Amino acid sequence: MIDYNFDWSVITRNWDRFLEALALGLGLAVVSLLIGCVIGLAAAYARVSGNKWLSGPVWAYVEVIRCTPLLLLIFFIYFGLPEFGIYFMDKTQSFVLTLSLYAGAYMSEVFRAGLSSIPRQYVEAAKAIGMRPWQRQRWVVLPVMFRITLPSIGNNLISLFKDTSLAAAIAIPELTFVARQINANTFRVMEVWLTASALYLATAWLLATLLRQVERRYATIR
Amino acid sequence: MLDFSFVPGTFWFEAWQARFSLLSGIWVTMSASALTILFATILGVAVGTALAYGWWWLRLLARLYVDFMRGIPVLVLILFTYYGLALFGINVPAYWAGVIALSAFATAHIGETLRGAVESVPMGQMEAGKAIGLRFLQRLRYVILPQALRRMLPPWVNTGLEVVKGTTLLSIIGVVELLLTNQQIVARNYLIVDFYLFAGLLYLMINASIAALGARLERRFSYLRY
Repeated sequence: MIDYNFDWSVITRNWDRFLEALALGLGLAVVSLLIGCVIGLAAAYARVSGNKWLSGPVWAYVEVIRCTPLLLLIFFIYFGLPEFGIYFMDKTQSFVLTLSLYAGAYMSEVFRAGLSSIPRQYVEAAKAIGMRPWQRQRWVVLPVMFRITLPSIGNNLISLFKDTSLAAAIAIPELTFVARQINANTFRVMEVWLTASALYLATAWLLATLLRQVERRYATIR
Repeated sequence: MLDFSFVPGTFWFEAWQARFSLLSGIWVTMSASALTILFATILGVAVGTALAYGWWWLRLLARLYVDFMRGIPVLVLILFTYYGLALFGINVPAYWAGVIALSAFATAHIGETLRGAVESVPMGQMEAGKAIGLRFLQRLRYVILPQALRRMLPPWVNTGLEVVKGTTLLSIIGVVELLLTNQQIVARNYLIVDFYLFAGLLYLMINASIAALGARLERRFSYLRY
């Protein structure tokens, strides 16, 4: 069909860069997920609080984030926040902030579903044995909720990892950016993009397998 | 920030100056989304049917395709398609490379949703169709798909929203859609906050109308449960 001679030496020569870039993307995803979980938990409690001054703004936050393209958010925070006098040390911080806010919106929905799926009787039982409100949350509600939402948290981690590819747009040297750079320098199109795809695929698959192990380890008895 | 005087350097003046590029940007975003959703729905139904009813090798192929598409970022897919197509001597404009890549991605998602929907239709339906002598394609056309398509309406609308958001990635390969239009305007007048907020508002409006349309369709096609 076409004569395309594969030359994998481009990949082997740049293998370290590929791996570093992959690790960076994974790191960005994990950090953003952790911050996103904190934001999401606070937002979820605000949503179920029943106080409309709390749940209203949180609802708006979630809807705005979910209806806005991530790339636009990245640009808005990277280029727009300095207009308000908020400066970042570097672009990685701005990206982590963006991805955390993004993850927070999605996690808040996950946690909200988790919180509302906990049977009332659990809280009542905790009340009956004399636990204080924060003790009920700490020892009864949260542990159960985390177990219920574990699969969703895992899915979010994988999709956040894929979303780190957008960091290439503001020149953060993660996998997509590095692949694009090597592609531009050497024009070994097939090798570079096949490698990048394979690395993303393998990592996503590895994460999924690992998460399944964790889920099995912490499986809930319903 | 939002100043209502109409002189160069204010948002309203600059937006008016750029009205044609903004309209064209909106048009490119909407047409790319519409084409993607159209292609992906047709192909997705095929992939989903293959996943649910295919011969084992077809099922395996479809499964591999879906898992591959869901495992790599859309941006990588778009860049791969954009640079890769040229290698095969297919010189398509960036717009079409983007639409192809987005369709390939959305096809996988719609296929997987359709598989779920098809499998949620009780086995008895298929058997009843068989019992009254319908051929396989007829069973699919008259019995299974009408029910499955209704069930997959909500996730289908979600995929549509994802596609609209995904079209922003086409800006990276140089398709002048809504986001790149705004970036070009910003590069001219430095009204960063105004125009990014404006773009966000436009996306919000597009997505909200799709969601509203989806809710309407759901009401329109909701049926009595048996």
